[in-house]
Amino acid sequence: MIGLVSAKSTEAKNAIETDGLTKRFGTLSAVDNVSLKISKGEIFGLLGPNGAGKTTLISMLVTMRRPTSGHAKVNGYDIQKEAAKVRDSIGIVFQDPSLDEELTAYENLDLHAAMYKMNRKETEARIKEVIKMVELEDRLHNIVKTFSGGMRRRLEIARGLLHCPDVLFLDEPTIGLDPQTRQHIWSYIKRMRKEHGITIVITTHYMDEADLLCDRVAIVDHGKIIALDRSSTLKDSLGGDILAIETPCSEKLKEAFGGLEWVGEAKCHDGRLILRVTKGEQRIPKLMDIARKKGIEVSSVSLHKPTLDDVFLHYTGKTIREEEVSPNQSLRARVASRRRSG
Amino acid sequence: MSELTAIYYIWRRELIRFYRSKSRIIGSLGMPFFFLAIIGTGMGSVVQVANGSYLDFMTPGILSMVVLFGSIFSGVTVIMDRQFGFLKETMVAPVNRTSIVIGKALGGATTAVIQGMLMLGIAMLLGAHIEIVDLLPAMALMFIVSVMFVSLGIAIASTMEDMHGFQLVMNFLVMPMFFLSGALFPLNMAPELIRWLSYIDPMTYVVEASRYLLVGYSTMPIEMSGGVIGIFLIVSVTLATWLFNRIES
Repeated sequence: MIGLVSAKSTEAKNAIETDGLTKRFGTLSAVDNVSLKISKGEIFGLLGPNGAGKTTLISMLVTMRRPTSGHAKVNGYDIQKEAAKVRDSIGIVFQDPSLDEELTAYENLDLHAAMYKMNRKETEARIKEVIKMVELEDRLHNIVKTFSGGMRRRLEIARGLLHCPDVLFLDEPTIGLDPQTRQHIWSYIKRMRKEHGITIVITTHYMDEADLLCDRVAIVDHGKIIALDRSSTLKDSLGGDILAIETPCSEKLKEAFGGLEWVGEAKCHDGRLILRVTKGEQRIPKLMDIARKKGIEVSSVSLHKPTLDDVFLHYTGKTIREEEVSPNQSLRARVASRRRSG
Repeated sequence: MSELTAIYYIWRRELIRFYRSKSRIIGSLGMPFFFLAIIGTGMGSVVQVANGSYLDFMTPGILSMVVLFGSIFSGVTVIMDRQFGFLKETMVAPVNRTSIVIGKALGGATTAVIQGMLMLGIAMLLGAHIEIVDLLPAMALMFIVSVMFVSLGIAIASTMEDMHGFQLVMNFLVMPMFFLSGALFPLNMAPELIRWLSYIDPMTYVVEASRYLLVGYSTMPIEMSGGVIGIFLIVSVTLATWLFNRIES
């Protein structure tokens, strides 16, 4: 029986599987009945406003919090029954800093290796490898207190990778960092997947991050997954791009385009004709041809690709920014959750 | 074997942090120095206790105080680890939490013994009569006592959110423990209420045992003080392990 279980674990097709995973703090459902599957080698994004429940979901998957109900498996191991095995096989970069600032970068990594039971030789080799990857070789023996925010973040990513995890969890990896450092971190993340084939789960409230980095994105709001797919598919599901055509006779133009099957919604607004069109950039010449044939003058055309924020807007009726909880509210929620966990 | 390595590394972390905080070492020796240099010598000219000088009487008490303060502080650094986020790193590592408690307790105890030894050196410079041969058993006692108090600190810290509660612990637990222990005055001459309270204070037995080992004077047999310290040790280590294991994040 034991043999069977372990065989199943190593052959698990999905890096992560959750089934009805729920975490409640009193009456508040921080994570509400989440079921999802994340394949091996995937970069998976959890996108949602602050306070949506992304971090709580992650903290259950990394065995830091116990679910109220539901199940989950990470690398084929049950997060409750086989917590130690889950911990062995994952790496985590927390949203808040978690380095020992009084120690040097090397000492932080060395301590991490000891806690993950790596041997001496392996430790030295891996430290060299990861520190080089995050380009901090020359700061290896400096005390972390002297590091900038971006450098600390990079060191934390290096530490999360030190023990060669199968799944790496990154909770808001680029929050509060400058654009250049963000680019840097994105390129590390892509390289890790390419070179080591590890599965990466990222939480973010930045649309561009989810869009550029992730193979699939789950949009999270109020503890629920409201949409899950490739970001291009999610955006296409809105019915295509938005074309705004400036013309003196918008009503006439609207009639002219009426018969086209690939034109979705069309409305006249403020001297412009607004169209929803799939594959907008390819349709512009065709539309212009039709306009010219009808003798309708067009002064400008603008194309707006839907963003993940439009997707969020579509499903929730709000933009992510509007959904951000006020600092006061989130503080209260955090206090409440800490009280209960103590 | 590998858990032992983890314990060793956690112990070493405490030592590195201690070594790097020079101000903490100097600061922790400031108060005992003034106690000995001012109260010890000042009171010494008017008070004679048992058959030695007041300084001799006081030195084991102040030693116990250094160990108590140092150890409780080490235990309470769990809260700092929580505030600076490092605690999470240890919580999700595939290492037994009991190993973390053991590593931290041994590390905190080592630093407390170093502080105690430095303080004994100061006392001897000020003229306390302490035999060099008595230092080794005193060191062993201090180590055991530190493990007990670091564990108590960890137990308290495991239930606290942030450093605000630390002042409360210092003023309402640690200070009374010190004042009631008979470190500064002989308990057999104290009013009955104080004497009664001192019996439930673990520090009393620590002071008695260290006085027995260092100056050969004690109001209770060493078997009794030693036995009570043993019981408190088991209780506080168990409590620390239990409460630390309950921390969820």
